Amino acid sequence: MKELWKLYRVFFSIGICTFGGGYAMLSLLQRVIVEQYHWASEEELMDYYAIGQCTPGIIALNTSTFIGYKYKKLPGAITATLGFLSPSILIIVLIAAFMTNYASLPVVNHAFAGIRICVCALILDAVLKLGKKSIVDKSSVIIFLVVVGLAAFTNISTILLVIAAGIAGYLIYYVMGSKRA
Amino acid sequence: MILLRLMYEFCKTGLFAVGGGLATLPFLYEMAEKTGWFTNQDILNLVAISESTPGAIGINMSTYVGFLTSGIPGAICATLALAFPSIVIIVLVAKCMEQFKNSPIVAAVFKALRPASTGLILAASLSVAQLAFFKGEWSGFSQIGSFLATINLPAIVLAVALFAFMRKFKMHPIAYIGIAAAIGLIFQM
Repeated sequence: MKELWKLYRVFFSIGICTFGGGYAMLSLLQRVIVEQYHWASEEELMDYYAIGQCTPGIIALNTSTFIGYKYKKLPGAITATLGFLSPSILIIVLIAAFMTNYASLPVVNHAFAGIRICVCALILDAVLKLGKKSIVDKSSVIIFLVVVGLAAFTNISTILLVIAAGIAGYLIYYVMGSKRA
Repeated sequence: MILLRLMYEFCKTGLFAVGGGLATLPFLYEMAEKTGWFTNQDILNLVAISESTPGAIGINMSTYVGFLTSGIPGAICATLALAFPSIVIIVLVAKCMEQFKNSPIVAAVFKALRPASTGLILAASLSVAQLAFFKGEWSGFSQIGSFLATINLPAIVLAVALFAFMRKFKMHPIAYIGIAAAIGLIFQM
């Protein structure tokens, strides 16, 4: 029970500090979940994102559920997800009830112009950390470059890209890998 | 009764919206048209609010719509309904992954999924960067002059400076967010 309460508090604070969405949340997860609490490894985060991006539901929720499940099974999954969405409910209800002009306040706009820029830098920093762990041989360099190119410049769906990468992994690392051995 | 309907609509959104929070937008437009709970103008306003508050955009939009429709109970029901399919599906997937944890095939698949996942995150961040570093419409690379004019130079300088700090000092991400918000306020970005 004590551990679930801690999980709730940690995800509550991640929810407050996330500006943007699932991708903006990544640097926080690396810092808090991987480095501080060791509830998941950097590799597991990547697995969660790969699956979270192509299963139903928004990425931030999917990732929270994954981490919670890994830590404390079903109760953990529910607790982490509730923790992550609690601050949203509080903040949005307050704004919707009392400050309907919130989004047009100059103070908010100026602050968020700065925050959006920071989020870009944070994501890039997070991607570099992931890259160090995921891009480890020639095949992975090629997979990385092909996916970036196709995802950024074509309309091929994320689901197809993830499935294709999975098949490539099976062929490269299992079928060809076991032949060599 | 309206709460049940609200939960049904958001459960559906949680089940069929794949990807980031903005993937929920088409569902909201459809909901507005079908139910008349809120207008398209409300949607524009709620996107603006969701993007300028902490929390994931999709969750914030659901809470806002829920609140517009039936107050605090609505906000809570809509948000929980949005999360429900995620929890069910991800728990099932996680259970499967546990089962096949030691399979060499699964290990091979994930070895390739990791660089792919990294690539997808980078590609997604490019569209965020485009919004932050370029202002307004631009008419393609052919006209270098008009292209250069759309570059938001102060934004790029701030990003490079923040990035350099991140690599050098390993502070908590929220520290950089706070600094960036302060700079945005001081320089009226």
